Amino acid sequence: MALSAEESGRLAALLGGHAEQVTQRWTEIVAGSLRGRLSQAELRRQVQDLHSAIVTTSKQGVIDLSAENAAELRAALSELSRGRARQGFSATETAISIFALKEVLAGLAEEAGGATALRDYVAFSNLVDELGLFTFESFVRTRESLIADQAEQLLELSTPVVKLWEGVVAVPLVGTLDSARAQVVMERLLQTLVDTGSPYAIIDITGVPAVDTQVAQHILKTVVAARLMGADCIISGIRPQIAQTIVALGIEFGDIATKATLADALRHVLRLNGVETARRQPRRDV
Amino acid sequence: MERVPILKIGDILLVSIQLDMSDQTAVALQEDLAERIVATGCHGVIIDITALDIVDSFVGRMLSTIASISKVLDAETVVVGMRPAVAITLVELGLSLNGIRTALNVERGMELIAAARADELDYQLDDDPDAETATP
Repeated sequence: MALSAEESGRLAALLGGHAEQVTQRWTEIVAGSLRGRLSQAELRRQVQDLHSAIVTTSKQGVIDLSAENAAELRAALSELSRGRARQGFSATETAISIFALKEVLAGLAEEAGGATALRDYVAFSNLVDELGLFTFESFVRTRESLIADQAEQLLELSTPVVKLWEGVVAVPLVGTLDSARAQVVMERLLQTLVDTGSPYAIIDITGVPAVDTQVAQHILKTVVAARLMGADCIISGIRPQIAQTIVALGIEFGDIATKATLADALRHVLRLNGVETARRQPRRDV
Repeated sequence: MERVPILKIGDILLVSIQLDMSDQTAVALQEDLAERIVATGCHGVIIDITALDIVDSFVGRMLSTIASISKVLDAETVVVGMRPAVAITLVELGLSLNGIRTALNVERGMELIAAARADELDYQLDDDPDAETATP
């Protein structure tokens, strides 16, 4: 795919010679595809950066994207696709920023004419394809790292252990419970039990969209581990559909207390602790 | 051979395991404990395993045996201070320490034994009137 020394020399001459015209046309095409979501000035700066990177690299002779001397070009391309990925542009919109160069080159080749023009255009076009693929790859890489970061943040954020009462802690589970999250929840809950010396824990599954055998297994493991340490667990927040699923799947919670709402669970624990929770008549002003 | 010390606090014997258990120390502990229960007439045994990093099937069985021995001698056994990591490992291994009561720390363990003891005394007092009504 690499350009020969001769070809890259001509590319440098072509792009370098018509610098103003090239960046102008290039910016116009890209701006059209982005529909004004990026300012003209910023777009122009990006295009100029790319243009100068390509010219500099092609002046050094053979262009090979994987070679040592193309480091600057690679950096410029990665920079562009990283920016696009973070700003929420689609993959097509990112790739077009590079592929627009083809159209510019086609215009230039037509103007120049001559016997070598067509062959040169094909070679340049191949190079642009390669640049486009590289951009696409770094775009995907950036997106993937974004997703990984978010997953980690989600894991950190979504498992708080809150103290409800003296000796009563609660874990409101929100979102799907996979093995990794179940492990984090279990460890954090057990550690909190030790740190606070609470003999009761309430696991609230109101925010869990679906309970299958695997999720039930994770919850049961947590309860058994807490029991081994000398704390009792109550499961609360079981919605009607979830209750039906649990029965249909034949999941046995054994002698683990289950309550419909967090309030019921708290009242249950308080009664076990000997705290009176009488329902009073609401006071009325006469 | 190293021995595990057994401390008497009121009506309770406290055993704090601070060293890696071998067959010999386990057997010695069982013998010592049985003797002390009989000698002191205590009704509760607390085994503190806060210092144990690893609880395997061997230690698990030893705890079960001690609980059974104490039960025969009319003493309640409570295992206290199990670490989260230990509890998770036991669950993953499928060991459930059947017949052993647990508490978070020594203080809770003592409360548990006191409560169990009180229940038992109540029950014994309640026994007689029940018997009378049952057989008129």
